[in-house]
Amino acid sequence: MTLKLTASALAIAAVSATSAAARDNVQVAGSSTVLPYASIVAEAFGENFDFPTPVVESGGSSAGLKRFCEGVGENTIDVANASRAIREKEVKACAENGVTDIIEVRIGYDGIVFASQIDGPAFTAFEPADLYNALAPKVLKDGELVDNPYMMWSDFNADLPSVEIAAFIPGTKHGTREVFEEKVLAVGCEITGAHKAMIDAGMSEDDAEDACIAVRTDGKSVDIDGDYTETLARIDSNAEGIGVFGLAFYENNTDKLKVATMSGVAPSTESISTGEYPVSRPLFFYVKKAHIGVIPGLKEYAEFFVADEIAGPDGPLSEYGLVADPELAETQNMVADEVPMGSNM
Amino acid sequence: MTDATTLDVPEAPRKRSLTTVDSRTQKRNSAEKRFRAYGISAILIGIFFLVVLLGSILFNGVGAFQQTFINVPVYLDPAKLDKNGERNVEDIKKVSTFGYTPLIQNAVFDRVTELGIDTPLDSAKDMKALISASAAAQVRDVVIADPDLIGETVEFRILAASRVDGYLKDRVFREDLARDKNIDAVHLDLTDALREAGVITKTFNTDFIFGADASESRAEQAGLGVSMLGSFFMMLVVLILSLPIGVAASIYLEEFAPQNRFTDLIEVNISNLAAVPSIVFGILGLAVFIQFAHLPQSAPLVGGLVLTLMTLPTIIISTRASLKAVPPSIRDAALGVGASKMQSVFHHVLPLAMPGILTGTIIGLAQALGETAPLLLIGMVGYIATNYPDGLASGFLDPNSAMPAQIYEWAKRADPAYYERAWGGIIILLVFLLTMNIIAIILRRRFERRW
Repeated sequence: MTLKLTASALAIAAVSATSAAARDNVQVAGSSTVLPYASIVAEAFGENFDFPTPVVESGGSSAGLKRFCEGVGENTIDVANASRAIREKEVKACAENGVTDIIEVRIGYDGIVFASQIDGPAFTAFEPADLYNALAPKVLKDGELVDNPYMMWSDFNADLPSVEIAAFIPGTKHGTREVFEEKVLAVGCEITGAHKAMIDAGMSEDDAEDACIAVRTDGKSVDIDGDYTETLARIDSNAEGIGVFGLAFYENNTDKLKVATMSGVAPSTESISTGEYPVSRPLFFYVKKAHIGVIPGLKEYAEFFVADEIAGPDGPLSEYGLVADPELAETQNMVADEVPMGSNM
Repeated sequence: MTDATTLDVPEAPRKRSLTTVDSRTQKRNSAEKRFRAYGISAILIGIFFLVVLLGSILFNGVGAFQQTFINVPVYLDPAKLDKNGERNVEDIKKVSTFGYTPLIQNAVFDRVTELGIDTPLDSAKDMKALISASAAAQVRDVVIADPDLIGETVEFRILAASRVDGYLKDRVFREDLARDKNIDAVHLDLTDALREAGVITKTFNTDFIFGADASESRAEQAGLGVSMLGSFFMMLVVLILSLPIGVAASIYLEEFAPQNRFTDLIEVNISNLAAVPSIVFGILGLAVFIQFAHLPQSAPLVGGLVLTLMTLPTIIISTRASLKAVPPSIRDAALGVGASKMQSVFHHVLPLAMPGILTGTIIGLAQALGETAPLLLIGMVGYIATNYPDGLASGFLDPNSAMPAQIYEWAKRADPAYYERAWGGIIILLVFLLTMNIIAIILRRRFERRW
């Protein structure tokens, strides 16, 4: 009898799993940086439309895009959130699985800030060169490329406090790491002249670029693979540490963190939108055009996301920490006309 | 030979007395005392950690059960909400929540002026920092449900913003406000004044227990209710599958199976499975149920299947133990009066073993309820559980979270108010686990027979 019971239970499970294919809600997955914004939009969307609240999952930009490219159909996701632009390789993978018309929507910009414990020493002014000197495995000292000898921040910049270097930076699986490498380390490499010295030493352009964004491995720099909450916990227990955060996260935790300026500019939604604060990146989501009209509410969701009242400078996303896109109107038109990537419009 | 006899005879019998303690006894006694001291200190250390743990959970989490509300009469302006004046629901629906926000801000501001509170904030827009973003949706829902209310002034009890709530719970301090762009010190002064006037009240928060999760900007609105349902459906799957399978397997192994190498191998493996880390079952679930069988991601059904795999060994082991505890004389007596083997098991042995089986099942379920690791892999973490399942099938198949996964998710979010809610969630989870364990103990005490 018990066997029969379980057999029928499994049968029910199998039958209902196949019937679950007809779905009426939008499904979203991807970047954990975009997740807060997507969840704010999904919530407001559910409140204002007769469609059910979209289902939002995180998992990272790459994982999200991978699921996005699995194919077209009701059992694949409709929207992928990403904290970076889609790569050539991913577009190709998408095309192989029949996902051809992809609409790329830029929702705004996210700032990356450096912050330390509120009661700690004053790390209040950085130049990109400082972070390169602190974190690179090889630096330029007295005109020569040497293994990084610096132990204290004050060793290379007298304005910085004389405490041991301890930096908590995002791990390599984060989209934030890419921005950090590109906008901080590579720039610092260029400014300090290390890049030129590497080329002079006979390195190829590519090798020198890779060497520029490498991070020292002697324990002064710690990769954090978890969330900003984990970085915050590290900073909390280490008064001399400095961590990398998203602007929105910092703005929610101003009671614990002290933010540093970069090249004399303090990070804020204003300084990031004007481009004065250098370390920022665009955030995107990608929509499958083939699903528009099939999944109820998908187009409305995409339009709602970039509407002025949501993604504009006074909208809830901006309040949470997103830097509004000055070209939002163009994005709105693009979404309204369902213009896929790569078409000449 | 003579050597041997001299060895056997003790040289001189040692003098012993019962009243004076010799050095050897003293040594033994002090060894015992030392051991008792070790034992007591071990227990004290254990109690100390328990108290610290429970204390910090309660200290951090109790705040989540209270929530700050603003009681305010809102004038539902027909000019804004229903321009045609036809009270047509479709027309009214066109006004989004953004249309309602100014009405609520006006309402709070009017209340402030009415009470004559002296504040440098002189426009309705400045009230924004006090009010939760959820208020607009709350008012809109009421208006859509009853369009005739338009034009009237209706009393609402709306949520206060999470910073205001944090201030009343001693989580937000004035000295930290300088760089917080969400709220200013003047808002806190106003909060104090409104609190005195009874407009702002802090009450028990049932929505935290029964409500749905919210987005990151609305910590004040988030609740554990939806993920509680997710856990409930998962436990249902676990119970429906693991109890019959586990009991059938153990009855067969214990009562019918021949003792040979093959059954020995099975027994060893069941014991091994009980010790396998739960994340392994998660990987298995991902590979088999999601990637191979294409069951929906994040569904409680899949979570339940994975947790069933995890719970089965526990149930089989405890069931076998309680079957073994039934003395053979019961079986012999049944067989002796002519019962078949199966009759003896189902009419006599199983009923006697039932309390033990149920205890084992409840403990297995409690273990499964608190399990997070396998859920990470099947997508039940990192998901915003905002939708209540509508119906039984949707409860099993629609994406949902589970209580421990929800707590993990809250602990990751940026707003410190979510951190408090994570601790609050732990309290609720602990209450569930304690209740289940107490039920198990009561069952055992009342029904188990010792032989």
